[in-house]
Amino acid sequence: MSLVHPTPQISATGIDVVIDAHPILSGIDIDIHAGELLALVGPNGAGKSTLLSVLSGDVRATSGAVVIGGRDIRSVRHLDLARLRSVLTQENQVSFPFTVAEVVEMGRSPWARTGSRDDDERAIAEAIRATDVSHLVSRRFTSLSGGEKARVSLARVLAQSTPVVFLDEPTAALDLRHQEDVMATAAALARAGRAVVVVVHDLSLAAAYADRVALVAGGRLESVGTPAEVFTAERVERVYGLPVEVVTQSGRPVILPVRGSFPA
Amino acid sequence: MTRVARGITLSIALAAALVAAILLSSMVGQLPVTPAEIVGSVLRALGFQNGWAPADPIVESTIWIVRFPRIVMGLAVGAALAVAGAVMQAIFGNPLAEPGVVGVSSGAALGAAGAIVFGGALGITAALGSWGIAVCAFAGGLLATLVVYFVSRANGRTEVVTLLLTGIAINAFAGAGLAFLLFMGDTASREQITFWQLGSLNGSLWREVLIVGPVTVLGTVAAIVLGKRYDLLALGERNARHLGVNVEALRIGSIVLVALLTGVAVAFCGIIAFVGLVVPHVIRMVIGPSHRPLLVASAVGGAALLTFADLVARTIVPGADLPIGMLTSLIGGPFFFYLLYRQRKRSGGWA
Repeated sequence: MSLVHPTPQISATGIDVVIDAHPILSGIDIDIHAGELLALVGPNGAGKSTLLSVLSGDVRATSGAVVIGGRDIRSVRHLDLARLRSVLTQENQVSFPFTVAEVVEMGRSPWARTGSRDDDERAIAEAIRATDVSHLVSRRFTSLSGGEKARVSLARVLAQSTPVVFLDEPTAALDLRHQEDVMATAAALARAGRAVVVVVHDLSLAAAYADRVALVAGGRLESVGTPAEVFTAERVERVYGLPVEVVTQSGRPVILPVRGSFPA
Repeated sequence: MTRVARGITLSIALAAALVAAILLSSMVGQLPVTPAEIVGSVLRALGFQNGWAPADPIVESTIWIVRFPRIVMGLAVGAALAVAGAVMQAIFGNPLAEPGVVGVSSGAALGAAGAIVFGGALGITAALGSWGIAVCAFAGGLLATLVVYFVSRANGRTEVVTLLLTGIAINAFAGAGLAFLLFMGDTASREQITFWQLGSLNGSLWREVLIVGPVTVLGTVAAIVLGKRYDLLALGERNARHLGVNVEALRIGSIVLVALLTGVAVAFCGIIAFVGLVVPHVIRMVIGPSHRPLLVASAVGGAALLTFADLVARTIVPGADLPIGMLTSLIGGPFFFYLLYRQRKRSGGWA
């Protein structure tokens, strides 16, 4: 990247994670800056979600350090961390029949008694608009479809209004249009100055919206850079073990599996 | 009606039910007392001399020594059980978690029974006096809650089957323990223990009320303070943590709270099951799951329900005082079936 950033929002150095003597992540160094959308991609079991958990403070690295907003993430109190970063997890169930409006409002809870009601209402309205869930607000969360739940949960995360946003497979349960909408929303957050980290499986989707891509394979950072730098046909073929063709659309790479090569 | 409007309506209805329950309970019994005599007697106790107050000392002592402590005990125990149920459901993320069902009540009863039979020999009675039973009930309840919690939780959620099976195991173990204590105890202890298994507010004393009442009030206030956090916990433990909740501290604090409320409710009145299941569930259906209003309404609703239930227990069969625990189970059992049935119809049962 040619852009010069003064201090990264998140800086991870020498991250190792070992679970039950199995190395899950090894030797990962990565910086995430304000104003950028970073896509974390890689095959199943590569360690993307674990890396996201380490960066968001859920999982402690076996060794290495994560610095968020200038402080070691282990020394940040729960509530302060909730004002620094928000996380959209893959699983979004709600135990009791809260309404969609109540669930989105829960995203404001770290800011209770800090600002005015107006801030809360503005953030909630903005989050509901960006995720296209205004027609659901009076419904019960438990009665929604999988895709609706995913979007409402995203609205809750956006309402949290943090400088760092982590999204773990936000597009997994969504139809084509809402996938694009969610990625466009994530890109808009980055344009507005937030640091956004998204785990996605669809490489073309990542390539279309991300400023930078981090390709994780076998617990290591295989490559970091612009989508065009990372997504070369040779690299994707090697990492995923699948022949692919990379074409360019509007200056962004599109990754297509070469399907004719499969046995019938 | 919106949830807010329903909440206000429910509060008024519950408050009316509570006042009606208290008044009816003080009037009805082997010695009928008029409402005027009750109001007069309370006013006189507060220092206002008036013409309504009963002149007959038997009426006066019936009100103050027999009925009032029993009513206040019913209010406190009902509120404690309903709040304990709501808190337990919040931390388990499951509407079936209830102190009676998952064995916390029987754990507490075992602790209390142990204190009765062995309290003298072990010096507990000497050291703690009338608090001894309450402390042992709390310890038993805490142990049972911890076992349920750590056995039935995995990945931040509770599987219903594991939860209920854990409850069966704990109830079986505590039942065996109670049987052993029945076997070991002298006649007086046996009678007391049998009483517990059935649950009754009969013979409540002011000095017992002075233990149960304050603990219930403190526990309920603590639960209401934590209410917002319980809302966030409904999103799952990870999401709650992402929203700034110290989940570990909340869990441990809530387990102690449940054990405290259940222990104190069980300590003098025995096992009164299903209050913690039925009350929060019905209130959630009316005003939604938001925990602050839910906990407040549950406390009031539990108090009203138990006072009414006790009134029925001591008047339905003339001259007999039925165990209230039997009565609540008679209502709560079918309600439990209804919950299971409804869930089955909706999503093929709880997995």
